Amino acid sequence: MDLISVAETALRSAFGPQAAFYALLAIGLNVHYGYTGLLNFGQVGFMLVGAYGVGISVATFGLSLWAGVGVAVILGIGLALLLGAPTLRLRSDYFAITTIAIAEVLRLLVRSSPATDLTGGPFGLQGVAVDFYAINPLSAGLSLGPLSYPVAVTWSLLVTWTLVVLTTVLVALLMRSPWGRVLRAIREDEDAARSLGKNVFSYKMQSLILGGVIGAFGGAMYAIAGSTVNADVFRPQVTFYAYAVLILGGAASRLGPIIGAVIFWFLFSFVQGFVRQAQSADLLPEFFSSGAIGGAALTLTGIGLMLLVVFRPQGIFGNKRELALDA
Amino acid sequence: MTRVDEPLDSRRTPPRSLALAVSVALLLGLALTLLPALSAQAATDDLVLAQSEDDEPSPTLLFGTFRNQEGPVEGIEASVSSEDGSLLEAVTTDENGQWEVEVPEGGTYLVTVESLPEGISLRDDEEPTTEASVDEGRRQAVIFRLGEANPTEGFSERAAQQLLSGVRFGLIIAMTAVGLSLVFGTTGLINFAHGEFVVFGAIITWFINVSAGVNLIIATALGVVASGVLGAAVDRALFRPLRRRGLSLFQLLVVTIGLSLTIRFTLLMFYGGSTRRYTDYVGQQQVTLGPLAATPRDLTIMALSIVVLVLVATMLRTSRLGKAMRAVADNRDLAESSGIDVERIIGIVWIVGAGLAGLGGIFYGTSLGVNYFSGFQLLLLMFAGVILGGLGTAYGAMFGSLVVGIITELSVLWFPDEIKFAWALGVLVIVLLFRPQGLLGRRERIG
Repeated sequence: MDLISVAETALRSAFGPQAAFYALLAIGLNVHYGYTGLLNFGQVGFMLVGAYGVGISVATFGLSLWAGVGVAVILGIGLALLLGAPTLRLRSDYFAITTIAIAEVLRLLVRSSPATDLTGGPFGLQGVAVDFYAINPLSAGLSLGPLSYPVAVTWSLLVTWTLVVLTTVLVALLMRSPWGRVLRAIREDEDAARSLGKNVFSYKMQSLILGGVIGAFGGAMYAIAGSTVNADVFRPQVTFYAYAVLILGGAASRLGPIIGAVIFWFLFSFVQGFVRQAQSADLLPEFFSSGAIGGAALTLTGIGLMLLVVFRPQGIFGNKRELALDA
Repeated sequence: MTRVDEPLDSRRTPPRSLALAVSVALLLGLALTLLPALSAQAATDDLVLAQSEDDEPSPTLLFGTFRNQEGPVEGIEASVSSEDGSLLEAVTTDENGQWEVEVPEGGTYLVTVESLPEGISLRDDEEPTTEASVDEGRRQAVIFRLGEANPTEGFSERAAQQLLSGVRFGLIIAMTAVGLSLVFGTTGLINFAHGEFVVFGAIITWFINVSAGVNLIIATALGVVASGVLGAAVDRALFRPLRRRGLSLFQLLVVTIGLSLTIRFTLLMFYGGSTRRYTDYVGQQQVTLGPLAATPRDLTIMALSIVVLVLVATMLRTSRLGKAMRAVADNRDLAESSGIDVERIIGIVWIVGAGLAGLGGIFYGTSLGVNYFSGFQLLLLMFAGVILGGLGTAYGAMFGSLVVGIITELSVLWFPDEIKFAWALGVLVIVLLFRPQGLLGRRERIG
C-alpha cells in the first residue's frame, strides 16, 4: 500500500480539470438554489448547451473559438428563458422534475443520429479547441511538489480556475447588492417579496439566467479542455454530483462551491486510488478482483450525500440560518 | 420496437455467483460498499467529465453493441480495417451483442458488418460499412442499427405492432409507477430512488435465477419479496426517522438522490455493467394473431401485469387497507384523528410500492434484459406517467403510464427510435404547463 502516492494523485485531481468544471456548475447552482431557492435539477442542461455551443460553432461551422464562447453564452441565456418561462411559476418539486426532464430531452436530441450533421450524434464532436491550445503562452507545465500537470492541462486549468475565481467574485458582489437581497428575500418568502412590489417572476428568471450562463461556461470549458464533446457525458447524474459539491461546501456561501469541489474530488480520487491499491495488493476477496473502482467511490458518494444533508445540511461554510427555508 | 445498439460504457464481466451474498449485503447495510467494483468502468465514466490523467495509458478502442427488438444479437461478424482498406481485426459479437477492437493509434477506421445470422438484417437505410474516428487513448462507439424482424410489412401492421409494444411497456411502467405515486400521496416525498427499486428487483431475481439456478417463476416471487423487504427497510431505517426530524423538501429530495446513487452503484459492484438475460423463456418463437406478433413470454407478462394492476386498483377501492391508504393520501391529519395508524399505513405503502416496482423490473428484465443503469431512465418515464395521470392518485399513475408507454412506442413509427423517450418527457412538460393537476387529478394549486 502506497498511501502517499494515493494522496498525491488525489491532490492532483482536487485541483484538476474535473474539480474546476464542477466548481463552475456548483457556482451556478448556488445562484439558483443557494440564493434564490430554485430547485434546478437540470443544471447539466446548461452545461450541455455550453459545450455544444462551442463544439458546434467550431467543429461544425468552423467559426472561431471566441464566437463559439459567445454562442455558448447565448444558448445558456436561451435555455434559461425557455426553461423558466413556463416552469418558474410551478411548485418547487414540479420545477425540479421538469428541469431534469428538459435537460434529458436535450441530451437525447443531441445524441440522436438525425442530428449527426450538426452535433456528431452519438459520436460527438472532435477538434474543438485547436485555437485554444495554439495560443497557449506557457512553455512548461505546473510542477509544484505533487501538483504537477502537463503543459496543455496547466493552460486549460489556469483559464478554468481563473473563470471560477472571477465568477465567484461576481456572484459575491451581486449578492451583496440590492438585487441579491431581493433574491434572498424571494428564497425566504416569495409572497412577502411580492407584496413589497417586487416582480418575483422576473427576479427568478434573472437568477436562472445568471446561474445558467455560469453553468454554460463550465460546459464550454469542458469542451475546450478536452477538445471534444460527447452527449453521454451530460447525464442527469452530473447535476446530482454538482449538488453534492455545493452541499459539501455549503449552499448560499461564497466559497462553498470552490471548497466543495476541491474536497469532493480529493475524497473521490482518494477512495478510488485506495481501493485500486488494495486490489493490486490482493487485500480484497478474490471475486472482487476484476474491473475498475468507480462503483465503490460512487456508492460512498451516495452515502456521504445522505449523511451530509441530514446531519449538516449547511455544509462546511454555510450558515444554518440561511438554509432554514422549506424550498 | 427496434432497439438501437446503444453503446454500453462498461466492459463485460462474467456472471458471478453471489445471489445470497447480494441480498444479505444490500438488506443488512452497506458495510460492503468499501469493496471495489466488479466492473465499474461505467461508473467512472459517469462522473469523470474529461479524460482523466491516469498513470497508465489507456488503450484506443472501437466498440459497439448489436441489438434488435428481441435484445442483443450474438454471432454477427464485423471487421475493422484501416483507412486504406487493410484488415486489422475481425470480430464476432458475444452473447451480449457486444464487440470490441483495440486499434494501434487514434485515427479513422472503417468498420464493416461482414455477415449476419439468419433472420437478422441491417435497417434499410444503414450502410454495411461506416467510418469511425477515435482519438488516441479513447473509446469510441460504432453504431449499426438492425432492422425489424420483418421489414416488408405495411404501416398499419407496424402501427398495430408498435401499439402492442407500447401497451406492454406502458403496463410495466404503470406497475412501477403505482408505488412512486402512493408514496408521494401519503408522505409528499418524491422518491428519486424509486427507479433503483425496479432495478434491484430485476437484479436480485437474476442472481436467484441464473447464479443459483432457480426457475424464473420462483425467482420472481423471491425477487418481489426482496424488493418489498428493501422498501420496508428504507422506510423504517431512513424515512421514518427523517419524517420525525422534520426535514425540508430539499433535504428529502437530496436524501432520495443519495439513496439512489448508493443502491445503483452497490448493484453495479456486484452485478457488473453489462446487460444480461434470465435463463428461462429466452429465444421463444413469436406467435401471430392477425397483424400482431408476440412471444408467449411477452403475452404472459402483459396478462400478468393487467391482473396485478386490477388487483391493486380493487384493493385500493374496496379493502379496508386500501381505503386507509387513500384516506392518508387525502388528508393525513384527518385520517390520523379518525383512528388510522398512519405510520403503519405508510410502511405498508412502501412495501407494496417497492414490491410492485421490483415486479415491474423483473418483467422489464424478462423482455428486454437486466442491467444496473436503466432505473433512472425508467424513473423519468414514471414521472411522466404519474404527472400525466395526476400526482398522488394511483389510478392516475396507471392510466398515465399506459399512455406514456404507448406514446413512446408509437413515436417510432414517424421519428427515430433513439429519441422515443424524449416524446414521453415532452408530454410531461406539456401536461405541467396546461393541466398541472394531470388528466385524472384534482385541481389544486401547484404553481
